[in-house]
Amino acid sequence: MPKGFSLKKSIRKHGIFYVCIVVFIFFAVASDAFLTRNNLMNVMRQVSMLGITAVGMTCVILTSGIDLTVGSVLGLTGTVAAKLMVEAGFHPVAAVIFALLAACLFGALSAFLITSVRIPPLITTLGLMGTIRGIIYILCGGLPVYGFTKAFKVIGQGYVGIIPVPVIIMVLIFIIGHLFLNRSKYGRYIYGLGGNEEAARLSGVNIRGMKYLTYMFSSLCAGIAGIVMLSRLFSAQPTTGAGFEMNVITAVVLGGISIAGGEGKLSGVVAGVLIIGVLTNGMILLNIDSYWQMVVQGIVLLIAVGVDQLGKTLHSKSKNEA
Amino acid sequence: MDENLILEAKNISKGFPGVQALDNVDFSLRRGEVHALIGENGAGKSTLIKILTGAHQPDSGEILLESKILTHLNPHTAMEAGISAIYQEFNLIPYLTVAENIYFGREFTKSAFVDMDKMNDSTSEIFSAIDVDINPRLQVSELSVAYKQLVEIGKAVSQNSRILIFDEPTAALTNKETENLFKLIKKLQSENVSIIYISHRLEELQEIADRITVYRDGKYIDTVNIEDTNRADLISLMVGRELGVDFPKPKPALDEVVLEVSGLKSGLLKDINFKLRKGEILGFGGLVGAGRTEVARALFGLDDVESSEIKIHGKRVDNKSPKAAIANGIGLIPEDRKDQGVLLNLSIRENISYTFINRISDWIFVNRRREKNLVDEFQSKLSIRCSSVEQRVSNLSGGNQQKVVLAKWLAGDCDVLIFDEPTRGIDVGAKQEIYQLIKELAEEGKGIIFISSEMPELIGMSERIIVMHEGSIEGELNAAEVNQEKILDLASGND
Repeated sequence: MPKGFSLKKSIRKHGIFYVCIVVFIFFAVASDAFLTRNNLMNVMRQVSMLGITAVGMTCVILTSGIDLTVGSVLGLTGTVAAKLMVEAGFHPVAAVIFALLAACLFGALSAFLITSVRIPPLITTLGLMGTIRGIIYILCGGLPVYGFTKAFKVIGQGYVGIIPVPVIIMVLIFIIGHLFLNRSKYGRYIYGLGGNEEAARLSGVNIRGMKYLTYMFSSLCAGIAGIVMLSRLFSAQPTTGAGFEMNVITAVVLGGISIAGGEGKLSGVVAGVLIIGVLTNGMILLNIDSYWQMVVQGIVLLIAVGVDQLGKTLHSKSKNEA
Repeated sequence: MDENLILEAKNISKGFPGVQALDNVDFSLRRGEVHALIGENGAGKSTLIKILTGAHQPDSGEILLESKILTHLNPHTAMEAGISAIYQEFNLIPYLTVAENIYFGREFTKSAFVDMDKMNDSTSEIFSAIDVDINPRLQVSELSVAYKQLVEIGKAVSQNSRILIFDEPTAALTNKETENLFKLIKKLQSENVSIIYISHRLEELQEIADRITVYRDGKYIDTVNIEDTNRADLISLMVGRELGVDFPKPKPALDEVVLEVSGLKSGLLKDINFKLRKGEILGFGGLVGAGRTEVARALFGLDDVESSEIKIHGKRVDNKSPKAAIANGIGLIPEDRKDQGVLLNLSIRENISYTFINRISDWIFVNRRREKNLVDEFQSKLSIRCSSVEQRVSNLSGGNQQKVVLAKWLAGDCDVLIFDEPTRGIDVGAKQEIYQLIKELAEEGKGIIFISSEMPELIGMSERIIVMHEGSIEGELNAAEVNQEKILDLASGND
């Protein structure tokens, strides 16, 4: 054991990883099918869209904002890309680029409404969430869009060696997110302005610019997830991504990102995403009724965050300034 | 035993991980006295107050109220026992009225509804009893700091508090408001209310306190009668060594003008013109609300202005945002450390490198090695006391937090630095270090604007003082001719 290692301290600091391990061990013991290579890859592939979107959401929540549009943006990106490929005859690469630009545009619109019109993030993105979903229905007339070239399957269904392509994309996005949040000056700005926006402004941070950056990044992530989803399902459904924003927020908060902003690490979000993936997969393997799955997921969120909060309160109580 | 004691704290100890906040301390309060509790930051004053108001439980020791032991003190029972505290940060709800605040949680009701009339009437009664004129129907958010404080006092009075604790009550008040507060405190005292008074301003204790207790590093040092002591004695009790507050005079300023402001007008400001020379400390005096902070904010691009011409090194600049102002070489150390200065959720390292992070970044990535060099340099230059620069700033004392804010600004090299109340609420030792630092900055050739409501430091530090009154510059005084009376005269608008 390393010098000065204390399990108690470590649990307090990395509690969510321990939860992740406990859940993992539980299913490994409870189900024979869980701990196989195929199933583990399957888990990773299932969480990839959640993971990709969670990186963007983490940035937004760190600024003490919230982005409820991610589910709708995910759906919109898929629909736009599908329409461009099927009806306008775009090359898949061009279609994807245009669709992602459309996603970014809505991120910029969120940022505009939040910074210039000063509508709170919750309301802004709530409004846009409905608006974008409506646009999806209008675009596709409520009907699924399909019929893409085979090559487009690679993004969502392909493999490099034994690793599914979506997992590689997710890992890349996490690495980018890590560099952005922990290594770049913009990451610092985000943590600072999430903790104290006025002090950050007085330190010369361009608050408006940072908000455009984070909301556009969040939309971009949701857009990439939307492309992965489109390629996996190989058809664009108007309902795709409905309610998805709640899963993403759950994963981020589970990962220890404070909803008040300025606190939490992206590494925790990895654990948050994995917990949701393992739980979902494990419960399916154990044949747990899907209604009960929802109940369990909700309870896990409350327990994880509750334990974390209690730990913090006790910690700070015993450490209050002298 | 002293028959006249209302409250007695005996052998109180309280430890937190890593620090013994209180070590076997005593405190006693007589009926109807004003008892000041002083000490440097970290002396244990706040901890004692939190124990007396039930926010913390002591590890050992006992508290006696009128010779009866109080057990299981919590905020509710403390209030019932008649102990109220008025903190620097008020516990008022901004969007409720004065009366609603005073009776918050104890509303008068008529059948199922709140009886507003009765609440307003009895609020008026409370205020007239203590000679305060506030309309109970006003929304609290519309009140000035001084009036908010009066509402807090009214709330305590309405709870029949027999022991009132004031934590730095004059920190944000003008001289006039302070005078009124003292009158009120004396009136409460005459009605046999006992008062615990915490302050960093030793000058005012002569005027208000009967006895003074000094703590240092969590230990009880001494209790003295006000007649038997003086400022120098108190300071040496507080710091445990002789420490005259002396103001280091920097070398005289150079002739070269670094900042020239002309025709600065905004909502409050009426045609502000002044010049700041290289290496000069230019003091800004005046009452709270005279417009000094507004000048600073306008220069720093925080508020919209109607017109202004700002020249730095003779070149006209447009500071339309803090970012632009910083790029033009202006830095602002804001008056409100917690809300505007320091990033409490970040570490010392992250705070120090925050403002000028571009200088230690390669493209958009922070260069850790250069960051470490920068942070280490300023941590030692300002002697920021911490276990490591990775420590969160929220765990530092006020004085150390302020040093972090300063380091944040010194890490760049601004030509003009604006200090807005840089020593508010910090202890004597840290103050002295900050004075020394400002002097060194001036000697390096920076232009310093020094805004302060504390006369001794304003006079002691500045080479020239501009006095403001209601948004205009009322006069300018040179170091040679300045004294408190002259500043006060100008500040109150009597030429």
